[in-house]
Amino acid sequence: MAEKQARFQLLQGNEACVEGAIAAGMRFYAGYPITPSTEIAERSAVRLPQVGGKFMQMEDEIAGIAAALGASVAGMKAMTATSGPGFSLKQENIGYATIAEIPIVIVDVMRSGPSTGLPTSPSQGDVMQAKWGTHGDHPVIAISPCSVQDTYNQTVRAFNLAERFRTPVILLMDEIVGHMREGCELIPTEELEIHNRNTRMIQSMPYALGEGQYVPHMTSFGDGNLYNITGLFHDESGFPTNNNQIAGMENARLMEKIKVYKYSGILEYEEEEMEDAEIGIVCYGGTTRAVQEAIRMAREDGYKVGMFRPVTIWPFPEYELVNRAKQLKRLIVVEHNYGQILLTVQGIIKGDTKVEFIGKVDGTTIRPDEIYDKITDEEE
Amino acid sequence: MAKEQLRFTGSGGQGVILGTIIIAEAAYMDGKNVVQSQSYGPEARGGMCKAEAIIDQDKITYTKVTDPTLLLSLTQISFNKYVKDIHRNTVIIVDDSINVPQRVKEKQEVISLPIIHSAKEIIKNPMASNIISVGAVNEALKLASEKSLEAAVLNHVPKGTEELNVRAMKLGAELVKIYRGEIKPEAKKESTVRKKEA
Repeated sequence: MAEKQARFQLLQGNEACVEGAIAAGMRFYAGYPITPSTEIAERSAVRLPQVGGKFMQMEDEIAGIAAALGASVAGMKAMTATSGPGFSLKQENIGYATIAEIPIVIVDVMRSGPSTGLPTSPSQGDVMQAKWGTHGDHPVIAISPCSVQDTYNQTVRAFNLAERFRTPVILLMDEIVGHMREGCELIPTEELEIHNRNTRMIQSMPYALGEGQYVPHMTSFGDGNLYNITGLFHDESGFPTNNNQIAGMENARLMEKIKVYKYSGILEYEEEEMEDAEIGIVCYGGTTRAVQEAIRMAREDGYKVGMFRPVTIWPFPEYELVNRAKQLKRLIVVEHNYGQILLTVQGIIKGDTKVEFIGKVDGTTIRPDEIYDKITDEEE
Repeated sequence: MAKEQLRFTGSGGQGVILGTIIIAEAAYMDGKNVVQSQSYGPEARGGMCKAEAIIDQDKITYTKVTDPTLLLSLTQISFNKYVKDIHRNTVIIVDDSINVPQRVKEKQEVISLPIIHSAKEIIKNPMASNIISVGAVNEALKLASEKSLEAAVLNHVPKGTEELNVRAMKLGAELVKIYRGEIKPEAKKESTVRKKEA
C-alpha cells in the first residue's frame, strides 16, 4: 500500500507535475527519459504502481507517446513527458491525437538550443513548435506554469481539458520551473474539480455528436464496442472518408471546439500591478519570477509597470492583451528565445503602444536587473 | 528574518545539491517560503556544481541567488569562481583545505572548518561532508530549528545511514561553535581542531 502523501511537500516542478497528474486521475505513463524532464518519468515510475497505475519506459519518444495514446483509447488518463529533442519526435503523434480526438497530456520541459543543445539549461524555444510543430491546420492547447504550485494546479487543468475536449494538451514547462524546488500543497482529488470523458456511445457511432455538442463521446476499447480509429479524416463511424463536405466540417469542428469553449476554462491569464500601469511586461513560465522581482524594483523607483502573464499560451489571450494595451505606452515581451510570443504580440498590438523585447538564449536565466534596466531606459 | 540567499558550491558528487534541498526543506517545515535550485553540467561526477536556496518570510519572486548571504565552498576551484560574486558582507564557510586570500578575510566573516577531514576521520565516511556542511550552515545562520533540520536530513539519506548522518549534522554545528570559541573542543575530538600541515 502507498504511504499517505503529506499534504505539504518540498517538490521539484517536475515532481509536482506527476503529483498533479495522479490527483487528476493519470494512471498510465509511457515515455523515454530526457533531461530536464527525467524526474517526471522517475516519480511516475515510483508513484503509479502505488495507485494501481502503470509506468512503461519505451524504446524512444515516439513509442512513448504512442503507448500513452493506446492507454488513453483503452480508457486510462495518460501522459508522456520529454524535452526539446523528444518533443520533435512526438509531433506526428500529436497530430494523430488531434484528428483521432484522443485525450493525452504531453509535457515538454524546454531546454536550450536546437538538437541536443544544452540539456541542463533553461529555454523557452519550443513555444511555436507547440503551436505549429505537427503538420496541417489544427487547434492547440498549451499551458505554461510559473511555479511548483502552479505546475501542480495546471497539470490537473491540463488533464481536465484533454478529457473535456478529447484533445492533446501540451504542458509547456521550462528547465527553471521543472528543476527548482518549492513548497507545494498536494490538493487531494476530492477537493479538486475533475472532468472525465463521457464513455456512452451515441447511436452506436463512435464519432457521433449529441445535440448541440462539439465533442463526441469516447467509448473505451475493451468495453465491448468495436470501432475504427484513424488519422485520416473520418465520418461518424470512424472510417476514412474522401467526402470533402465531411472533411471540411470535421476540420472546422476540431478548430471550433477549442474556439467555442475558449472562455469556458481553456483561456487563463494573470495580471499583476496592471491597474495603473503605463508599461506592461508580457511573460510566461519560469521567466515570470524575474519579471515579478523587476516590477517590485521598478515600482519602488516610481515606474508604473505591471505584468501580463498568459497561463494558457495557446490559444493566446489576444483580446485581453489588446484591451489592456490601450492604456500602455510600452509593452515589453520577456522570453528565453529570439522572439516567439513576441511575434504574436506584434501581430495583435496596433496603435501607439510600443512593443519591445528582451530575449536570452545563452543558457542562463534572464535576471531581474536586466528587465529593470529595460524598464528604466527611457530612450527606448 | 531577512531574506537569506545561500549558495553551496563544490564538485559534482559531493552532495552540495542535496545539502541545499535539506536546508530548504527544514526551513519550509518551519513555515518559511523557500526556493531551491541548482546548476550543473552534463557530467555525473567531477564537474563544477552550484546549488542555491533562498529562504524568506515573504513571497519569493526571482528564483536564483543574486546577492549571496552565504557562500559554502568545498573545493578551491569552486571557491575561486564564486568568491567573485560576493557583493557585501557574505558569510563564507569553506573547507579548511581551501586557501582564502587575506583581502577576503578582512572584509567577510570566513569560517574555515575541517569539513572533509572530519567526514573521513570522525564520521568515518567521506560522503558525509555535505551533511556536516548543512549542520554548519544552519548553526552559522540559524535558518531552521534543529528538529526540522534533523527531520529533513532523515528524509533524504539512505536507509542504514541515519545515525551517521545525524551525527554529521550535529558535528557541523559543533565545528562552527568551536571555531567561534563558543565551546571548547573535547579532547577526544582533537581532530576537529586539526592544525594545518605546514
